[in-house]
Parts: sequence; C-alpha cells; structure tokens
Amino acid sequence: MEYFIQQLINGITLGSIYGLIAIGYTMVYGIIGMINFAHGDIFMIGAFIALIALILFGLTGIALPIVLFLVLLITMLFTACYGWSVEKLAYKPLRGSFRLAPLISALGMSIVLQNYVQVSQGARVKPLQPLITGGLEFFKDSEFIVTVSFLQIFIVILTIILMSMFTILITKTDLGRAQRACEQDRTMTSLLGINVDRTISITFILGSSLASVAGMMFVLYYGVIDFYIGFLAGVKAFTAAVLGGIGSLPGAMLGGLLIGLIETMWSGYISIEYKDVAAFSVLIITLIFFPTGFLGKPDIEKV
Amino acid sequence: MFKTFKKTISLIAAFLMLGSVSVKADILVASAGPMSGQYASFGAQLKAGAEMWLKDVNARGGINGEKVKLVIGDDACDPKQAVAVANKFAGQGVAYVAGHFCSGSSIPASKVYTEEGIIQVSPASTNPAFTDKGGPNVFRVCGRDDQQGEVAGAFLAKEYAGKKVAIIHDKTAYGKGLADATRKNMKKAGLKDAMYEAITAGEKDYSALVSKLKSNNIDAIYLGGYHTEAGLIVRQMRDQGMSTKLVSGDALVTAEYWDITGNAGEGTLMTFSPDPRNNPEAAPLVKKFKAAGIEPEGYVLYSYAALEVFEQAALDAGSTDYKKVLKAMKNNKFKTVLGVLSFDKKGDVTLPGYVFYEWKNGNYKQL
Repeated sequence: MEYFIQQLINGITLGSIYGLIAIGYTMVYGIIGMINFAHGDIFMIGAFIALIALILFGLTGIALPIVLFLVLLITMLFTACYGWSVEKLAYKPLRGSFRLAPLISALGMSIVLQNYVQVSQGARVKPLQPLITGGLEFFKDSEFIVTVSFLQIFIVILTIILMSMFTILITKTDLGRAQRACEQDRTMTSLLGINVDRTISITFILGSSLASVAGMMFVLYYGVIDFYIGFLAGVKAFTAAVLGGIGSLPGAMLGGLLIGLIETMWSGYISIEYKDVAAFSVLIITLIFFPTGFLGKPDIEKV
Repeated sequence: MFKTFKKTISLIAAFLMLGSVSVKADILVASAGPMSGQYASFGAQLKAGAEMWLKDVNARGGINGEKVKLVIGDDACDPKQAVAVANKFAGQGVAYVAGHFCSGSSIPASKVYTEEGIIQVSPASTNPAFTDKGGPNVFRVCGRDDQQGEVAGAFLAKEYAGKKVAIIHDKTAYGKGLADATRKNMKKAGLKDAMYEAITAGEKDYSALVSKLKSNNIDAIYLGGYHTEAGLIVRQMRDQGMSTKLVSGDALVTAEYWDITGNAGEGTLMTFSPDPRNNPEAAPLVKKFKAAGIEPEGYVLYSYAALEVFEQAALDAGSTDYKKVLKAMKNNKFKTVLGVLSFDKKGDVTLPGYVFYEWKNGNYKQL
C-alpha cells in the first residue's frame, strides 16, 4: 500500500509536467487546428532560460523565494517572446495555405530551435545543484517510508493553480470567448470585429509561457537539462494531449496524468523496460474506441 | 564577358584541384566520438588527447617526413551516425582512426573500416564483441567488459554477500554487455541478483525505478550505463531518502558526473583501468596537458596512446600502407603513455585490467 502511494506520487508529479506541456499543444490545436510540433522545444528553451536566470540571480544573494518568483516571471516573458516569434515567422505566413504546410514548418522550427540551443549553449548536459531540498515523510512506522519532496508538492499545486486560471480564462473572459469563436469559424469571427491574428498570437504567448513554467519545474526537479529534452517531453505531452482529446483543456491535464501514471505504475509493478510500450499501447487502444480521445469533441476534418 | 567567366571558373577549378592534391600529401588520421549529445564530455576527452598528440607529432617532424593532419568525427554515440562518419572518413582517405567511444558506435563503424582498409584503434570501447567479431584491422587500447565484469562481480559478491544487489542496464551495447558480464560473474561467485531491470538512456525521470529499489530493500545497485543516467539515479535515490550504494563501470570517469550529482555522488564506486596519470613516464605529458588547461582525466591519455601506437607502427613500417602498418601493429611492442603495450591475436591490448575507484569530494581515487 505504501509502495503504491509512493508510485502514485511519482506518477502525479511526472503527469503534471506532461500536462502543463500538453496544454500548449491542445490550445494551439483548438484555435487553428494545427499541431505545433515546435512546442516541445519551446519548453526546452524555457528550461534553459530558467537555468540561466537561476544562475544569474543565484549570484546576487537575494532570498530564495524572491529569486524563484523573479525567475518565473523572466522565464515566462522570454519564452513567450520565443513562442510569439515562432508563430509570426513560421505559421502566420502559411495561414490559409493547405493544411500540411504549417505542420511541416512546425517540424522545421523544432529542428531550428534544437540546433540553435545546441550551438549557442553547447551540446553537453547542463546541471543545476538542488535548490529546494527536503520533504515530508509518511508511514514512518512501516517498512516503506513514503517521501514527498517539497518540490513535488510545489509542482502539483502550481499545476492546479495554472489549470484553474486557464479554465476560467477560456470559459469566462472576453479573450476566452474570442478564442472559442476563432476555433469555430475564423471568417465569421473577423466579420464580428474580433482581431483574429491578435487572438492567435495571444494563444501562442499563453501556451509558451505555460511550457516555460513546465521547463522551470523540470530544471528544479531533475536538475539536468540538455538541448534534446524538448523532443522526448514533447512526444509524451503530445500523446497526452491526444489521449485526453486534443483541443480540450481538461483533456490535456487528464491525458498528462494518465500517461504519467501508466508509466510509473507499469515501471513499478511490471517492468521498466516496457513502460513506453505500455503507455503507447494504451493510446492506441483508446483511440480505437474513442477516436477523439477521452474528452475531445467529434470533429469531421482532422489531420 | 562569357569568356572571362569561363576563365575564372577554370582557374577556380585548377585551384581546387591543387588544393586537393596538397591535402592528399598529408597523412590523415581521425579521432571519432560523441562530440555532441549527452556524452559529449567523453568526446571532448578523446579530442583533447588527439589534438595534443597532433601537436607533438608534427613538432617531431611528422611521420616518415610527412605532415599529419587530424580530422574529427562526431557520432553523437549513435550507431547510424557512426557509420556515416566512417564512410566520410573513407571518402577523405583517412589512414587511421582512433575511435569511437561508445561500443554501440564502434562496432558498426568497424565494419566500414574493415571493408575500406582503415585501421581502427578504439581508446574506450570495452564491449567484448568489438574485437571478438571485428576484422583484423580492429584494435583497442582499453580493457574489455568481461574483465571489468569479473572484477565488479567478484567485488559485489564479496562485499554484499547475503545482501541484495540490483543489476540495471541502459539497453546499449556497452551498458547491457557490462551489466550482463557482472551479473554472470557475481552469480559464479555465489551471489544472485535480487533485481534485474533496464532503463532508457536519455530520460530524466527515474523515480519509479528508485521507489522500486527502495521497496525491495536493495543494498547496492550495479549500473551498466553512462554517467548522465547514473548521476540522475543517484540524485533521485538520495531525494527519496535512500543511502544505497551505486557501483558502475568506466563510463563514469568524467568530472561531469560530479557536476550532476553534487554531494549525492559521494561514495559512488566504479571500475576503471589503473589511472595512467600516476604512471611516472606519463608525468611530463600530464604536466603539458595541465599547462594547456586540460585535466587529462578518463580517456584523454588513452586517446593519446592510441595515436602513439599508429605513429610508431607507421615509422617501423616506413610508410602508411594499410598492410605494412597492420603487420607492424600485430608484431611490435609500443612505448606509450599507458606503458609498454602490444596487441594479442584479437586486437586486445596486453595491459593490466581493472581496479576500483571511489568518488570523493568531486574527484575519483583508487580504492
């Protein structure tokens, strides 16, 4: 039982990070019906910016909570700039072109970003010594002591807060209404006086800043990053978005958690070697029975 | 207008041809390894050794009066890219390759070298299959994983007799080969592994593995894998409050391991050949490296030695002809920075085997 709880905690933490990245995939798909394959690399850029900012602020000797808050703001700002530029450069000129064009351009952008970081930051892994240490211990009397680090709690709470904020943003605000309108019919939306280009840009900015939060969590939690993390995390997060139903915000979170939990539970109880096989088999089986994922809406024209 | 254009073109063409001719006159040797990717710190070690040798050999007047040129190949530890690098070397007319680093790259690349008649000496690939199944042109100046596994297996069986040892590998040619060799020898010495698992290299989350180790009350883990994964596993074990010992192989001999683990790496054990830096004959060279701002850790001196072998073999053969150099390599003894060495029939080196090192305070020291 204690072992199960420990693996549950491991899975939820991993799933939260996947979920945060998956939201970016889902939002972009929801609004322009395109899979932004460069999103995983935006996450990687966020992780690098967070690491650079952490090291810079670490030298100033300001108290840790303030440093973390400042780093979070800076990381979100800079990564959002990257996300915005990617959209302006690679996707906007192709809007109205045939459906595959922006998809290919997204793959190209992903390679560009990866190589850009590899060249400018070097190909070696970048380590960061643990900043937030310690945690809570449960079931101290039993044979297996369950440990939850403060970072794990921090990650899960931050994910819940961001998720709720975004759900309110999409369902309750003017911006959210504009986004949902763009999703349904872009021509009609612009006829009604909504700036479609701006709405799409804002979506990219929001998605990128969420990815940057995930990137910062990744640096703090694992302490090691390289230019390739975006690809691996991106594939998993994309899977999560599809599993939950691409285009649906709660779906992305659900998908992320599911992938995280399947991976850890399979590793914990069966075999670590085949955990990816397990995760992707679940994806395939789900898509056979629910072609639009768990929470996705049926859509006739899909890639 | 058109005439001048034609003239310019033919002039350029003539220049290019001259250029390629003058390149051909030099002896081309190559150093190959993961210059990029997550094992790039090892690529840097091989490159540092090769570049130092290049400087030295040309200062000595080259080989048989000819200047030596070095080309660097980046295989990123990827088998496919290693074959591409090997083919590129063949196209360039490389006579000798000191590489690659990862066994998973060295083995497929060696097939190309055998076909093309290029001598390959790996400074670091320890998987037995590399020389066992390699052609006559395949050598190495490092040990073999069956030797390494023997030392590690005997040690684990003795130190952890009656305790629980988990064997983990990363599914690569090197990692799995080493883990299996250790497992076999541990069993032979009377200790059965309590757990046998495989991880995926390149991942960052090993929390599920760590919890599994914890619930099985593992006393020590033996990892067949590279330093990045080893570092993350140690870090995540300490995070979950485990003090389990990590024992691993020669892919941890880089200061980058400590950068990843920090103090969590304290007490990690690994097997590696006796440190050539302690070799009295290597002292002047070690000094030279340090003066250049390079710490000759890990495989730096092995890379240097692999090239020294070529230099001496080519001098003895009087040319860089494939067959003549090969004959010299098979028959001669070589005075290198690693000590006096020669090769057996398979191409393995006759040097002392493996000893244990412990990571302490950011450095590794022989036990």
